Amino acid sequence: MEDARISRRRLLQGGAVLAGGATLGAAVAVAATSDEPAAAAVVTGGDTLPFRGDHQAGVTTPQQAHTWFVALDLREEADVDALRRLLRIWTDDIERLMAGRAPLGDQEKELATVPARLTVTVGVGATALTRVGLEDRRPSSLGPLPAFSVDRFEPGWGEADLLLQVGADDVLTVSHAVRVLTRDARPFASTTWVQRGFVRSRGAVPEGETPRNLLGQIDGSIQPAPDKVEATVWVDDGPDWFRGGTMLVLRRIRLDLDRWESLGRVDRDLVLGRRLSDGSPLTGDGEKTPAELDAVDSWGLPVVPDFAHIRQAKARNDDELMLRRGCSYDDTTGSRQDAGLLFAAYVADVDRQFVPVQRRLADNDLMNRWTTPVGSAVFAILPGTGSDPGAWLGQSLLA
Amino acid sequence: MTISTLARTAVAAALALTLAACGSSSSSDGVGTPAPGVTAADAWVKAVDSGMTAAFLTLTNSTDKDVTLVKAATPAAGMVELHEMAMQDGQMVMQPKAGGIPVKAGGSATLEPGGDHIMLMELTGPVKVGDDVALTLTFDDGTTLEVTAPAKEFDGGNESYEPSPSESMSM
Repeated sequence: MEDARISRRRLLQGGAVLAGGATLGAAVAVAATSDEPAAAAVVTGGDTLPFRGDHQAGVTTPQQAHTWFVALDLREEADVDALRRLLRIWTDDIERLMAGRAPLGDQEKELATVPARLTVTVGVGATALTRVGLEDRRPSSLGPLPAFSVDRFEPGWGEADLLLQVGADDVLTVSHAVRVLTRDARPFASTTWVQRGFVRSRGAVPEGETPRNLLGQIDGSIQPAPDKVEATVWVDDGPDWFRGGTMLVLRRIRLDLDRWESLGRVDRDLVLGRRLSDGSPLTGDGEKTPAELDAVDSWGLPVVPDFAHIRQAKARNDDELMLRRGCSYDDTTGSRQDAGLLFAAYVADVDRQFVPVQRRLADNDLMNRWTTPVGSAVFAILPGTGSDPGAWLGQSLLA
Repeated sequence: MTISTLARTAVAAALALTLAACGSSSSSDGVGTPAPGVTAADAWVKAVDSGMTAAFLTLTNSTDKDVTLVKAATPAAGMVELHEMAMQDGQMVMQPKAGGIPVKAGGSATLEPGGDHIMLMELTGPVKVGDDVALTLTFDDGTTLEVTAPAKEFDGGNESYEPSPSESMSM
């Protein structure tokens, strides 16, 4: 692009007005301050991600700005044929929505034309399989988690038959997609809960930066190394139909922000084991620097306290690796503080990879004083549709 | 890595139900010959328990000759008509579309709720959400097109049926 210096004064005098509609690929010059060069803001709403593949999108996909988790329960009369029909309708809806095309019969079709990196990921709960008579196909670790001492579950955030994980950089897009999918599901299932999560808006911070949670902590720095992701996330054994799927553990973690805010900054760093400022472990510099948990100070005391979160959460071996893709939520009303973390972890085997870590955290993590799990659900994320263009989600399970 | 800007043509091509009927060579009188230049996309049917319902789709004519959809048939319905919405006494009613539904050379025709549509009457059974309905479309030049339309739930709009006093374009 040529020299794009536009002073703020000239921009305002020229009456430049941003059009309301999404203009794909348009570059709009926006002046930062009066004499600085204009930063070109590129419109990104047209970006799409592929729907078809061995695995569903939305798991190893880089996290979008907004993710809604929607749980549905099948109606009394829904049988395996009904579930089949629902998943075929959803497959077509999702394929279109992710491509930025209106689903068939969409009554707000203009809302489908800004895909904004939309992904829709479909999961089934243990109860769905039982309900349609496919109990024998249930993967062994699909089912409610064992009870942990820290659980304080409230009704309304628990196990369900079906899950839609809908993520995009634009919340209008997410809302519309959820509307289409839940409306199309109505003959078969009713919506049980919706958990709406967010990280940073696209473009607010550099791409790939680890987001902060509402405690102010950089959250999610440690993830499985690229060569470990495959084995950590994707199912490779168990029932044939489930190869290429994964398990999602979704926990609603409410934060006690009032209590947290009475804690001083130094103490906050100690509770986590990382500095709030830049996410570096107390033993080193840089967010990605591994923590030296054996390090001691001049008194011989561990630099990272025994009960610090990162010490307790650290995977003891490769069996405890998990891919985290959580986000913040904030449903605070005038009468109630309800904000926190939608903890989402993807693992091939919940019993082997997630449960031991959660148990250790429940028993030892100092963070428990400020965090409370108020909901929990486990879903089997269906394998991808593969390379057959006519294949539908769940075909390997239900066909 | 896999993020791409919206490639409308590529996506449209991938999703279009390009369903030229099977078979390649034409018979001598041209009846039943597939029409590769006319394609259908985005076909769907309104789910209903009994009675009658409507099918919608977009027809694209990439030939250099105008064609007209004159007839449609399906195993799901005993009677099929091509309908339009028309203003009568200040109200939108549906009625048989005289002459059929034209698709101009190089153009397209969209059958959608509130506009032209294929009316399926005397249904042989319920059309359940997620069922596939097979349609055979016949054009004025004798060519045909096979289309598969999934059934979806749709509540939009109230339509009142007004039979045409003149010739009806059915069968």
